Amino acid sequence: MEFGTQTIQELLEGYQAKQFKPSEVIEGYLKNISERDEKLNSFLQVRPEETLANAKKLDGRMNEVNQLPLFGIPIAIKDNFLVEGWQATAGSKVLSGYVSPYTATSVQRLESMGAVIVGKVNCDEFAMGSSNENSAFGAVRNPWDLERVPGGSSGGSSAAVAAGLATVSLGTDTGGSIRQPASLCGLVGLKPTYGRVSRYGIVAYASSLDQVGPFSKTVWDSARVMEVMAGFDDRDATSSKRSVPKYTEELSSKRTFTLGVSRSWLEGVDPEVGKSFEAVLEAFKKMGGKVIDIDLPHTRYSLSTYYLIAPSEASSNLARYDGVHYGYRTPSAKSSEDLYSRSRGEGIGREVKLRIMLGTYALSAGYYDAFYLKANQVRRKIQEDFEKAFTQCDFVVSPTSPSTAFKLGEKTDDPLKMYLSDIFTLPVNLAGLPGLSVPCGLDSKNLPIGFQLIGKPFCESDLFTAAYQYEKVRGEFPLPSIAKGKG
Amino acid sequence: MSLEKYEAVIGLEVHAQLMTASKMFCRCPNQYGASPNTNVCPICTGQPGSLPVINKKAIELGVRAAIALQCEIHSESVFARKNYFYPDLPKGYQISQYERPYSTHGNIVVRLKNGDEKRIGITRIHFEEDAGKSNHESYGTLVNLNRAGVPLIEIVSEPDMRNAHEAGQYLRALHSILRYADICDGNMEEGNFRCDANISVRLRGTEKFGTKVELKNINSFKFVEKAIEYEIQRQVFAIENGEKIIQQTRSWNSGKNVTEVMREKEEAHDYRYFPEPDLPKLTISVEWLGQIRNEMPELPSQASERFKKAFELSDYDAAVLTSSKELAHYFESVVSHSKNGKASANWVMNELLGRLNAASKEIEASPVSATQIAELIKKIDSGEISGKIAKTVFEEMFATSKDASVIIKDKGFVQISDPAALENAVRKVIENNPSQLAEYKAGKVKLLGFFVGQAMKETQGQANPALLNELVKKLLDT
Repeated sequence: MEFGTQTIQELLEGYQAKQFKPSEVIEGYLKNISERDEKLNSFLQVRPEETLANAKKLDGRMNEVNQLPLFGIPIAIKDNFLVEGWQATAGSKVLSGYVSPYTATSVQRLESMGAVIVGKVNCDEFAMGSSNENSAFGAVRNPWDLERVPGGSSGGSSAAVAAGLATVSLGTDTGGSIRQPASLCGLVGLKPTYGRVSRYGIVAYASSLDQVGPFSKTVWDSARVMEVMAGFDDRDATSSKRSVPKYTEELSSKRTFTLGVSRSWLEGVDPEVGKSFEAVLEAFKKMGGKVIDIDLPHTRYSLSTYYLIAPSEASSNLARYDGVHYGYRTPSAKSSEDLYSRSRGEGIGREVKLRIMLGTYALSAGYYDAFYLKANQVRRKIQEDFEKAFTQCDFVVSPTSPSTAFKLGEKTDDPLKMYLSDIFTLPVNLAGLPGLSVPCGLDSKNLPIGFQLIGKPFCESDLFTAAYQYEKVRGEFPLPSIAKGKG
Repeated sequence: MSLEKYEAVIGLEVHAQLMTASKMFCRCPNQYGASPNTNVCPICTGQPGSLPVINKKAIELGVRAAIALQCEIHSESVFARKNYFYPDLPKGYQISQYERPYSTHGNIVVRLKNGDEKRIGITRIHFEEDAGKSNHESYGTLVNLNRAGVPLIEIVSEPDMRNAHEAGQYLRALHSILRYADICDGNMEEGNFRCDANISVRLRGTEKFGTKVELKNINSFKFVEKAIEYEIQRQVFAIENGEKIIQQTRSWNSGKNVTEVMREKEEAHDYRYFPEPDLPKLTISVEWLGQIRNEMPELPSQASERFKKAFELSDYDAAVLTSSKELAHYFESVVSHSKNGKASANWVMNELLGRLNAASKEIEASPVSATQIAELIKKIDSGEISGKIAKTVFEEMFATSKDASVIIKDKGFVQISDPAALENAVRKVIENNPSQLAEYKAGKVKLLGFFVGQAMKETQGQANPALLNELVKKLLDT
């Protein structure tokens, strides 16, 4: 049997029917990785022996398939998660060779419920980027078109699932790093509400914005991963104590929704993307939903707000990569001052340095009030825009990305152009809201288009329900040919 | 020398480690002296992905300190990151509090040597985590992270002190309060109670502060006083010589008895403080505060009041006996065995403390235990030995740590209260002094004293004085 195209739901049905065993499935996925990933560069580390050994342990537990909601599910983990015994480079040379001494809460929860890690996947260095071209270990390619980017920063996570190298994957989203690559690779990607999933064990980029979320081929799969992974963690003081619903059980509830669209926000969107997005609105109307116009006047400041807050926090979060305790240390230091500047100078890449510099300035005496403090005031205004919108509608909707996958190197010389890829996703992080990207079509170049549903805090269940309904109307979304062993 | 023309302005910053079982933001033991880098985990070593979680016990102890120092306690406060690079700071920032500390506006009343009391204001108290320790060796620097993440409170005083003595008394009072309330163990040698001093001088009668100099990390009360004394003189001499005081950080060289420059102000850091995004605001609810208030241990001022009432002590005695928690406990232990408050106070203060001071020992290192001193007091009260002999016995106890009963037995110090035993001695004295006897018989009754004295000498001072007196009179009159 060929593996790679299945969903969680299909694998679980197969296990229940005793059609195959976890070790067969995992072997199939490992084979896919070894055969296909040379072209994609999505995996940074695989440990086939350990992975197979884990799968074989599950072979002996086939009778527990109904107790373990992720029984025998192959999962890929972004390389900015810590998993004990695995490397965690976060795509940076400064962490090359670093082996995790402990496991992230999110990963530990998935593993304890039967998921099997098939490998650690590539990403933009310290999750900073929108194309996965900022990895110290090379760019990742889009399975739909190898000349194009998979999106970023979780480009390895999206490429791996789209190409059939993992059934689902985990990523992190600080300004769009799950939703944008999900959109560019034709997948479902969720950025949960801030505080919904523990951040313990993910390499921090911007602590007040970072969230962990899943990549999957279907809404049901996303809901399944979330119901296992979400919830309070006493190791993350910013995680919420709210109870976690059984998302998969709430998917089929029959409800109609009101969608809010901010027209001014949509200016500058690629026409093919815009057309596909309008079709989504029509589909919701056909299902009995309503579409209304809303105003989000402060979202136009999202980019500048984000690029003050995120770099400020990053400049502090990344101070620990200094060559003293672990990670890359320059071989040629002449003093402790020299050790710091050389280790960091040699170990950290260009885009990350740029953001550290930005953040360091924004927090400096004399600039703090004008930059960091002001940005936080605007952040509050953006939150208020959404709060106001949600008095009129259930969701705010937008395309996930203004364009489909662009070519490698196309935007690397112009940071601002690159930053604009996240124009629809950034405000969601600033407001701490959940955002779900769902595939909605292919453009004339056969590249996936996605749209984004933005909900009220902790209303992931509503997002899943609406997206699940839409998915039924839309029909099965195609996979790139590489996922079927071709290409 | 024109020191009198000037007045010093002194403010102190004290870092006190909190006596919690675990560290401020992780579950590692808060324990001094373990093998290097054994009390560590991913959080306090700053591993990627690790996050801080607030230790509730540390907050409780900090709030206790704020209550003891009469501070306002804020229901909401904010942790902030203080960013700087140093090898013993693994995260590259220290979690502290900056713009919104949990406590402000307190004070301590201190007693000065002239008997006056003075109120010293406390500007603020805030929480922070300790850094690790760097040991600079000839071959390089060794970093020990056992201390990294240990909970601290920083207590910042108002610039209310005017001389080294006031600063010393403030520090002693603060130290005593923190130890009484089980907040900080106060061990200065281990660095669990550290002091920085800000010092400037100005002409008496002027309002404007002079340029301040910061004295860093002085590790004993005596050194704090000496360093401040030195620094005041240094600044006054400099000004009198027409020099300008430069804002700088200095350290105390206890070998040379001078302060030395550590760094100039120009090298000061921009710490880029900002609110710690990994921690929610710190909230201290009314209920929690009430609970902490109810569970407050006794403070020195309260112990002093209690001693005065229970043992009928003077203000002065009560203040001395409660000057440290250990001394107060020692004293209470003596009283509980001896059942004689006044005598216990006298013996502890006059005999024991004097000798301890002379030997430069603290009460914890007393060679005589509380029960031993109580036993001695009981022997006086029961008439077994005289007060005079007790002093000799005590001297021996202090030197050898032996029990009073052992010394009394070995040296034959027991008071003779047997009339038959004393009668021989008295008869001998009378027989040996016939002329005085004749004078006495002739009416010179004053000579009774002479005979008692001689008889006492005959018994090597061991005679029960009252009994001896009675016996001499009886035998002279027959």
